[in-house]
Amino acid sequence: MKYEACIGLETHVMQKTRTKMFCGCKHEYGAAPNTNVCPVCLGYPGALPVFNAKAIELCCKAGLLLGCKINPHSKWDRKNYFYPDMSKNYQITQADQPLCLGGQIVTEVNGELKTFTLERIHQEENAAKNTHAASGSLIDYNRAGTALMEIVSTPCMHSADDAFAYIQALKLIMEYGGISDCDLEKGHMRSDVNVSVRPVGQEKLGAKVEIKNMNSPSFIVEAIKYEIERQIEVIENGGKVVQETRGYDSDRGETFSQRTKEDAHDYRYFPEPDLLPVEISAAQIAQWKSELPELPVQRRERYVKELGLPDYDAKVLTAEKSTSDFFDAACKKTKQYKLVSNYMMGKVASLVTEKSIRVVESKLTPDALAQVADLVSGGTIGSSAANELIEILFTAGGDPKAVVEAKGMAQVNDDSALEKWAEEAIAGNTKAVADYKAGNPASINSLMGYVMKQSKGKANPPAVIAMLKKKLDA
Amino acid sequence: MANLNTKTISELSDLLEQGKCTSVEIVNDVLAAIDARDGKINAYLTLDRASALKQAEAADKARAAGKKGALLGIPLAIKDLLNVKGQPCTCSSKILEGYIAPYDATAIAKLREAGAVFLGRVNMDEFAMGSSTESSAFKKTRNPWNTDHVPGGSSGGSAASVAADEAVAALGSDTGGSIRQPAAFCGCVGLKPTYGMISRYGLTAFASSLDQIGPITKTVKDSAILLEAMAGKDEMDSTSIDLPVPNFAKELTDDHSLKGMKLGLPNEYFVDGMDTEVATAVWNAKKHCQELGAEIVNISLPHSKYAIAVYYIIATAEASANLARFDGIRYGLRKDGADPIELYGKTRAAGFGPEVKRRIILGTYVLSSGYYDAYYLRAQKVRTLIRNDFTAAFKQCDAILAPVTPTPAYKIGEKTNDPLKMYLDDILTTPVNLAGICGLSVPCGFSKAGLPIGLQILGDSFKEANILKIGHAYEQTTDWHRQKPRI
Repeated sequence: MKYEACIGLETHVMQKTRTKMFCGCKHEYGAAPNTNVCPVCLGYPGALPVFNAKAIELCCKAGLLLGCKINPHSKWDRKNYFYPDMSKNYQITQADQPLCLGGQIVTEVNGELKTFTLERIHQEENAAKNTHAASGSLIDYNRAGTALMEIVSTPCMHSADDAFAYIQALKLIMEYGGISDCDLEKGHMRSDVNVSVRPVGQEKLGAKVEIKNMNSPSFIVEAIKYEIERQIEVIENGGKVVQETRGYDSDRGETFSQRTKEDAHDYRYFPEPDLLPVEISAAQIAQWKSELPELPVQRRERYVKELGLPDYDAKVLTAEKSTSDFFDAACKKTKQYKLVSNYMMGKVASLVTEKSIRVVESKLTPDALAQVADLVSGGTIGSSAANELIEILFTAGGDPKAVVEAKGMAQVNDDSALEKWAEEAIAGNTKAVADYKAGNPASINSLMGYVMKQSKGKANPPAVIAMLKKKLDA
Repeated sequence: MANLNTKTISELSDLLEQGKCTSVEIVNDVLAAIDARDGKINAYLTLDRASALKQAEAADKARAAGKKGALLGIPLAIKDLLNVKGQPCTCSSKILEGYIAPYDATAIAKLREAGAVFLGRVNMDEFAMGSSTESSAFKKTRNPWNTDHVPGGSSGGSAASVAADEAVAALGSDTGGSIRQPAAFCGCVGLKPTYGMISRYGLTAFASSLDQIGPITKTVKDSAILLEAMAGKDEMDSTSIDLPVPNFAKELTDDHSLKGMKLGLPNEYFVDGMDTEVATAVWNAKKHCQELGAEIVNISLPHSKYAIAVYYIIATAEASANLARFDGIRYGLRKDGADPIELYGKTRAAGFGPEVKRRIILGTYVLSSGYYDAYYLRAQKVRTLIRNDFTAAFKQCDAILAPVTPTPAYKIGEKTNDPLKMYLDDILTTPVNLAGICGLSVPCGFSKAGLPIGLQILGDSFKEANILKIGHAYEQTTDWHRQKPRI
């Protein structure tokens, strides 16, 4: 029998807010443990939550970027469970009336364009960080109460590749949208993965297995692959897949049972009486819409349509937001879009790899790169000098024109010098001259090579060719 | 001047203003009264004499430097669930023994700014769950009018301290009658403001959608002074309402006429089993208001009979979550266990008393999967009907007159073995919290046994000015509030 896997993701994304979701404590990574805390996020008696308007805005903007409908009336609920990572022993979340409904992500999976549908996005608060040491368990409440939104997909994915593409696309949209830094190391994006299998053709979904709290996309891929195989094997052997929560052991590459349906929590959701419902007006939604940044897919289209770049360039340049922003900034200063693109994908990219820093962290500015492109197109410097110049600007910075001057990188356009070298080339290469005259225009290249060598690469190639032709055709 | 502790806030603020006494003298008189009587009354849980005197000195200095205000230098007793920075806040529970509040509740911060002196912490039912202050884990507070009787609850310590002149005034909280009922039992004035009128930030939550902070005082005017000082929008409490705060105290004049006022009398509030002495006292109060010029109209609040059932579902549901934070991890009592779950179990088993446990279990049950719709959801629907009853009633009248309790204060121990019987006593007070409106309890007589009886005056949301005006007119033209218990 053939089987089909159905995969849904519940992805928690930590929003880029200055303060926490329900109190004024700073939201920062790496602070000394339990320093960004107050009576509210520590769950002290009498403390009350007040929602962070910026988080609501970011959640709704994420929704708008993902094509969700913004719920004009959403509300808060308490999800009750006892665990030391939740100071109040309930989490403030949204159960039946989330901020965003529906939506989709369109992305390429192995060259094929696929649409993955979303169920909802809701806003909630993060838990504290527990560390288990030999001496006991330690709790850091700095993370407790930070803004967290949960993006819930439908079970619309059918392979690990689908899930991988979904996560990558989602990550890119969150980064582009300024919603989250999506730094996986810092736990900005974690997913619960729901996997079930069913015989092909069957409509009803199979028993769902949830793999909790995964942050590495490659582990998600491994876990899904393992889980699909495991479930098919269970069915093939005449067994039944048990609805349960499983963990993923990345060392062994296996999932393992954590909790079955029988001992699942009863979270006893009920409306949060300490917070008023969130009312969002049509005018507010329109305002947020007008502020939405360009998404990668839109930017890629603009590069092709407005800047005349090949689709390949557009795709490469938009793969990372900071690179793309850098490119955009450079293109505001020059019209040499293709040249800038070439340098971004060529010399700049190789320097980024070599030095392992992002272009925005280097000394190179978009303005300087734009000037390099202009210097090349204006014939002031040649392409090898341009690469050399970019490297200097990347590592040491500086004014491109001043560097060109100081290092003597300018091309030689001086006719008298070119004329002298051209005459020498013609005099010293009788064979090439004869070939050229016999009708082989390519033989001019060896004459040109001589001139370039004499000029130490600074002669302007079109000018050299023009001079040689002038002499030969005379 | 002697016996400053027996005076009201407005009397003392006049004396202070005229330089006839100092805050230190007032505090000393109050402390002397506590020393003399609290051994009998048991109103106070903790008393920080040194701090109280220091606050009083500071208030006197501020006054000398030109600061003014009705509350400058006035000592207050604080119900033990309001956070006062640096003071204990046990909620009369073992689970919070040793906890020192790290911050001021907003209402406290406002009073501190006004120069009030925080004298000490007064007893209450554990986590405000109870109607007699008998569920306190620490002591049994006695009714100053008859020490064999309960002071009411849950703000029993607040009411008893004011009635015994062991405080000039006190703060309490009212979730289902916890200010009005002890005020009635102890012959004080108690005000439950409209939900959202005073910030709940720093009030240890029992039931978030019902809780309100309010004053327990010797006169209506004193309640008006405290309300005015505490009311207003607070950025720390989303449920506080952004409305201008009227000058409540100033509006209470010597004109005691109630001409033009329509007062509603709900038939449903003269319930079966009501004590005839209570019914008679309230009936006489109604007649008195008529004499002052008020017009009496009959109104109906047909859904009030469901209030107890609705209240004990909603309040316990919210409490089951609100009290989950008392887990032994960050503060308060901890009983270690092999894992967190065992630690929680042991800590909460040792830290909570039987009434609190009963309500947590009840609240957990009504929210459980499969029961939510039948209990919690249905209760919320009936709550709306109760609110609608009041909305309709206030189209016919400016305020509603009713008893506060079916009987005067009962004996200590009389109802502790029958929780349901005690719950039923809340029949006349809980509808007010469920509807979110305001209610005032004013002394309106005594039983033959010499126990006080209270008159309840209910007003629509944010119509405190109405009920204060009626209460003030009634009070100033009667002398029930001038009676003092013999202790």
